[in-house]
Amino acid sequence: MALENILILAAASLLWATTFRNHGRTWFMLIASVVVIFWLQPALPIRGADFFTPVATLVLVVLTWFITTDDETRKQRKNIIILAIVAGVVLLLNLTRFVPQLQLFTASRPPQLETTLLVFLITGLTLIALSRLTRFSASILTVGLVLTIGLFLLIKIPALSLLLSSFLRTLSGQSLTNVSINDFRWMGFSYVAFRLIHTIRDKQSGRFPSVDVGEFITYVIFFPAFTAGPIDRLERFIKDLRAPFAGLTLEAFYSAGQRLLLGLFKKFVIADALALIALNDTNATQVTSTFWMWVIVYAYAFQIYFDFSGYTDIALGIAQLLGIKLPENFASPYLKPNLTQFWNNWHMTLTQWFRAYFFNPITRWLRSWQKPMSIPMMILLTQVATMLLIGFWHGVTWNFTLWGLWHGLGLFIHNRWNDATKAKSAAWATSPTKLAILNVSGILFTFHFVAIGWIFFALSSPITSWQVILKLFGVQ
Amino acid sequence: MNQIKPLNVLIKGLLLFALFNLVIAAWQPGVGQLSLYNVLYPGRERLPFGENPKQSYNLSLFDLDAMFASHVIAGTPKADDEFRVVIVGDSSVWGTLLKPEETLAGQLNADNLNACGKTVRAYNLGYPTISLTKDAMLLSYAVQYNPDLVIWMTTLDAFPLEKQTSTPLVANNVEKVRELATSYQLRVEADDPNFEVKNFWQKTFVGNRRAWADFFRLQIYGVMWSATGIDQVYPSEYEKAQTDFEADESYHDLTAPLSEDNLAINALETGFRVVGETPMLLVNEPMLISSGTNSDIRYNFFYPRWAYDNYREIMTSLSQRNGWMYADLWDIVPANEFTNSAIHLTPAGENMLAENLAPYILENCK
Repeated sequence: MALENILILAAASLLWATTFRNHGRTWFMLIASVVVIFWLQPALPIRGADFFTPVATLVLVVLTWFITTDDETRKQRKNIIILAIVAGVVLLLNLTRFVPQLQLFTASRPPQLETTLLVFLITGLTLIALSRLTRFSASILTVGLVLTIGLFLLIKIPALSLLLSSFLRTLSGQSLTNVSINDFRWMGFSYVAFRLIHTIRDKQSGRFPSVDVGEFITYVIFFPAFTAGPIDRLERFIKDLRAPFAGLTLEAFYSAGQRLLLGLFKKFVIADALALIALNDTNATQVTSTFWMWVIVYAYAFQIYFDFSGYTDIALGIAQLLGIKLPENFASPYLKPNLTQFWNNWHMTLTQWFRAYFFNPITRWLRSWQKPMSIPMMILLTQVATMLLIGFWHGVTWNFTLWGLWHGLGLFIHNRWNDATKAKSAAWATSPTKLAILNVSGILFTFHFVAIGWIFFALSSPITSWQVILKLFGVQ
Repeated sequence: MNQIKPLNVLIKGLLLFALFNLVIAAWQPGVGQLSLYNVLYPGRERLPFGENPKQSYNLSLFDLDAMFASHVIAGTPKADDEFRVVIVGDSSVWGTLLKPEETLAGQLNADNLNACGKTVRAYNLGYPTISLTKDAMLLSYAVQYNPDLVIWMTTLDAFPLEKQTSTPLVANNVEKVRELATSYQLRVEADDPNFEVKNFWQKTFVGNRRAWADFFRLQIYGVMWSATGIDQVYPSEYEKAQTDFEADESYHDLTAPLSEDNLAINALETGFRVVGETPMLLVNEPMLISSGTNSDIRYNFFYPRWAYDNYREIMTSLSQRNGWMYADLWDIVPANEFTNSAIHLTPAGENMLAENLAPYILENCK
């Protein structure tokens, strides 16, 4: 989100919270979120794609709601009204095609109205077809899960992404000459997919709360958290959404404002300044000395922290203006004395998500084997697999694989080291000074381990990454 | 514990911010003189200039204090055995497409010249816009660093009257130009439309935020300058200087023959007044002499032959009349040693120029 997007959204939220209080608050959040996903979607070279990408988000969200919701809730009349209003908002945005002055919320001129109506028709028919298949809800959930993961892979794997771009270009009658993996950027999809997977898995395990379609859409695409998280849980979000909102108190305004200003400062002053000198593909090969290589690696480490945690602060601040308390995402991660604690405090909602939906289930599964593998082997397997998946979530490339591997192995080694030295450390660190020495050295070591890991994250080539590491240690 | 009243905090915050802006507008602090260059980072070998900061780790700004404070000359006390040469001029001096060591100053330094027992150290104070007034303004800064010799590289295109104040560096430093007018008789029109006179609002922190941001970005890019030694983009390919032309004899709406009245001779004289007793060598810089289509009409992209020939006559006459030290080196570099412009030299071309200038430096030491 650019600064102007953030300021406009914060001002609109503040205005609503102070003027209308609880009247229509959920409607405001729903409609604003729908408009915002169109507004934030960047322009794409494929004709109509920057309009149909947000439409696809909405269709996916509605379909997921449909397959995860119980019969009784699904049949409530208000859902039809909500869907009609959401469709109306999309059609209004589409109609700005004829009024260029009103094309404020779409990256380019919206496409022909007929195409959008056709999408609605297909979605409606799919919903009708699905409603006839409720008896097979368990398998439908599995299909939904597979489709969401499949879509996610389609976006994240460069080769598949290229195929998708080629397909969409062909569909829109465009030449394939300039086809590129950058043709198709689905704004916010990483977060949307995780929220959808979370709801499908919760439904499968019988923990899915009963929500109407408006609440569900608002949860998945809630505008403050749409582009950069945090990844909230549905049952927690709904609690805030349904709680009576007596209007914005001065204390809440102060707290939200403070959070928002802190986020703006972190993102647009500190992170953007650090971005000028942070490690990237270009400067990685230009730096001439070990000292300055460390400086730009440190700059990247702090830039990514201030950028990401700044956006989180902004999201939390805006949400707080509307009475929603989104979960925290960062808790001083660079001040943690070991890698396990680092990951418990960095992008917390993502790690919690992976813990709940991957790490814990796979650990339980491995333990359930008739001849379970050794504990260290199990830890190695689960840690590395989890971190590899977190790496793939950012993109299926060699460098994200190496980054995931680096952290997976790091977590495993820390686990083993901790087991082996815990007693000795406790016996040695008998005074506050010794404890402080242990703590500070742990913080420094962990920070540098993470900072070196960022080299794989920041760069696109393993060879360049290796050259940077060699330079850091004066080998090159 | 006293309870915080958010509204009071907001009002006080806004008042303090407004006060801060008013103080900045009234005080106009010269923060440009503060610099991390020459303290945390090595000074830059040439003045900051860059149209693509993210790639060149350099940017164009208008704060002359900040520009000079970032230059290596500001952090280099003159040693007893140093013969200090400063070179001013346009992009050919600054060194478009050239690494710092390949520029004229870099080549002179590499030659390790010894002038009267002192080591010659040349400083590149060129700036990539063409205007004599801009050069005179930079000279007024250069003299504070006690040069033993000033080399002023120039070309005809720096002389047209309309080019004097239109260059952004001059247009945004109206006070400095007016100082030149007051102290050194530079002729300046009081109502020159090129001058951007700031109102009170534009002097506040908010109104002047671009300059503040530029100042901070210059300091931040010092890291990348130190880390890489890069201060401009070096494309692997570029379009060579034009050698074929239309049969066009026009030059800046001027008619033949050129006269001193049509040119900013006053700015040239101002430059000599600015340096005072310090010896200054005025150089008509090398340019590409084309042999392509219509080269009988035009020497190159910049100049029709009649205008340039007139200009050379005027320069020779002027220097003789005023007793200026003058070197007309217009044709010393062959056409194949120019890069993307009729005045931008290759490293080999700069080397030829340095070899031609070396004798002048050695002759002028005390």
